[in-house]
Amino acid sequence: MQLYDMPDARGHFGQFGGTFVAETLVEALDELRLMYEKYRHDPEFLAEYSYDLKHFVGRPSPIYHAKRLSDQIGGAQIFLKREDLNHTGAHKINNTIGQALLAKRMGKPRVIAETGAGQHGVATATIAARLGLECVVYMGSEDVKRQAPNVFRMKLLGATVVPVESGSKTLKDALNEAMRDWVTNVHNTFYIIGTVAGPHPYPMMVRDFQAVIGIEAKEQMMEMAGRQPDAVVACVGGGSNAMGIFYPYIDVPNVRLIGVEAAGHGIETGMHAAPLTANSPVGVLHGNRTYLMQDVDGQIIETHSVSAGLDYPGVGPEHAWLKDIKRAEYVAITDDEAMAAFHNLCRTEGIIPALESSHALAHAQKMAKTMSKDQIVLVNLSGRGDKDINTVAKLANITL
Amino acid sequence: MSRIQTTFATLKQQGKTALIPYITAGDPHPKHTVNLMHTLVKNGADMIELGVPFSDPMADGPVIQRASERALVHKVGLTAVLAMVKEFRQTNQTTPIVLMGYANPIEAIGPTVFADRAKTADVDGVITVDYPPEECSEFVKELRARDIDPVFLLSPTTEPKRVELIVNQASGFVYYVSLKGVTGAANLDIVEVSARVASIREQTNLPVGVGFGIRDAATAKATAAIADAVVVGSRMVQEIEASNDDNLLENVAALMKELKTAVDAA
Repeated sequence: MQLYDMPDARGHFGQFGGTFVAETLVEALDELRLMYEKYRHDPEFLAEYSYDLKHFVGRPSPIYHAKRLSDQIGGAQIFLKREDLNHTGAHKINNTIGQALLAKRMGKPRVIAETGAGQHGVATATIAARLGLECVVYMGSEDVKRQAPNVFRMKLLGATVVPVESGSKTLKDALNEAMRDWVTNVHNTFYIIGTVAGPHPYPMMVRDFQAVIGIEAKEQMMEMAGRQPDAVVACVGGGSNAMGIFYPYIDVPNVRLIGVEAAGHGIETGMHAAPLTANSPVGVLHGNRTYLMQDVDGQIIETHSVSAGLDYPGVGPEHAWLKDIKRAEYVAITDDEAMAAFHNLCRTEGIIPALESSHALAHAQKMAKTMSKDQIVLVNLSGRGDKDINTVAKLANITL
Repeated sequence: MSRIQTTFATLKQQGKTALIPYITAGDPHPKHTVNLMHTLVKNGADMIELGVPFSDPMADGPVIQRASERALVHKVGLTAVLAMVKEFRQTNQTTPIVLMGYANPIEAIGPTVFADRAKTADVDGVITVDYPPEECSEFVKELRARDIDPVFLLSPTTEPKRVELIVNQASGFVYYVSLKGVTGAANLDIVEVSARVASIREQTNLPVGVGFGIRDAATAKATAAIADAVVVGSRMVQEIEASNDDNLLENVAALMKELKTAVDAA
């Protein structure tokens, strides 16, 4: 039985979440909320969603026991939930399929998305191509530069990629621009938000579509290890892959849930993207109330992470809530630690992880060292690292 | 009666429509803002909407985004904006000032502290773009306890049932956003706006201001004929953007005169 029952009817997780938007968007969000309520338990809708997850994405994604890595660490056993093996190479597609099917039912011929690392943009462009929807993706111009392969993939899939030049030219600015598009074209456009942030019902809806990760993991752990893990570890930018694997575990006692934020150059330098770990104040941005990196005037400050997908000054409101009720713990990993974990997984297991997921791996390794060999740490390997090869090569001074 | 109510009552007696220019505080430079405010009043502003710069102005188009960026170069935040209002009040105690901005700068100091400081600075009304009435009942209470008017936006997509909810929370006036989209976008359809304003009037006695898409004398005049107030934002900011230190006040005065003549002729 699911005891945890969040959010409330208006999308609040305690003081977090809600619907902080301009009046022009209120009706569109009401419509979306009603449609999602209508279809979230509709057998036909769920059957179509499951069919696509199985035949188009290739789910269930396996769980893999990283034995060589575990031996090298010499502590707890590290298991990986292989979201990197999904079609398009990350967990993002679980959610874009759900929302695109909803868009189709709502008769919206055009979808828009924001993207940081480009994974959500690619996942949106992919499902838009498959369903014959027009697709526009907003991406900070800084991210366009550092994620060139994904920009090319989106274009191949027929999407229009709009580089965003305002503000810090990263994910938050892409979100601002997508919101502006939506306000203007709300009659024919569905906004596919890629993370568990934004106004209600997005944090709940994205979590629900991503929960397939945790639902599968619970079954697979029983098959593989005969028990649930001692800890589940996932990286947190906005926090969709973490919410997806945490959610089905919230009511399972004795499973620690650990979210790993990006410490960038180090929390103490201020150059990071870790609002939870750095104890940032509560604020309102992008439609919801949450912990936010900001200055004394309430201006959002620029973030830093080597991984574009974690480079966000806020965090999904449900993570803020899980932190406050102490059901989940949040820690941060620096750029350097993430890079080391990236290289280590390549060499020990033959898996190239995304830089985002490398943050979770780095923390899992730290933890595992302090645990006994019969304990288990399950890491959500949220994406593969092919998209990051340019960034990694540049940092290692390698010419491709 | 609040300054906003007094202003609307006086104009109504004279059979006139209010002209409300918008400028972003600190744009193009904080040293100009108070002078600009006085220039606006001297040339026909019945009320001023003063934008509070924000790093992530999601509901604004490129023109007002750039104004925010110019102000933020000089670190103009809520504290600085309130100091500007206070300075303006030293020589003007009659023109209502309505702050317009986003929720987070208010959240950063909390609604009670904000309301206290706004009162001390002698602010008359507050528009918070991303505080819909459902999410800000505490804030509205704090404002009204200090006789500051919470002003809300109504959009072309706002259903009559929601209009009801909003006008019950609002005071001073309501602001009908005449276009879907961000500030500074496209052209307005005056026939449609007219019908919407008429339907809003059936649900409230509050004055109805109309903004978004008013860019010249002709659109100002057409809007003035159907509304209690005409709000000019992006066009005003464009004039500021196109000016330099030497001709800034002169150019803004000229634009204001043109708009004022048009509004009075309606």
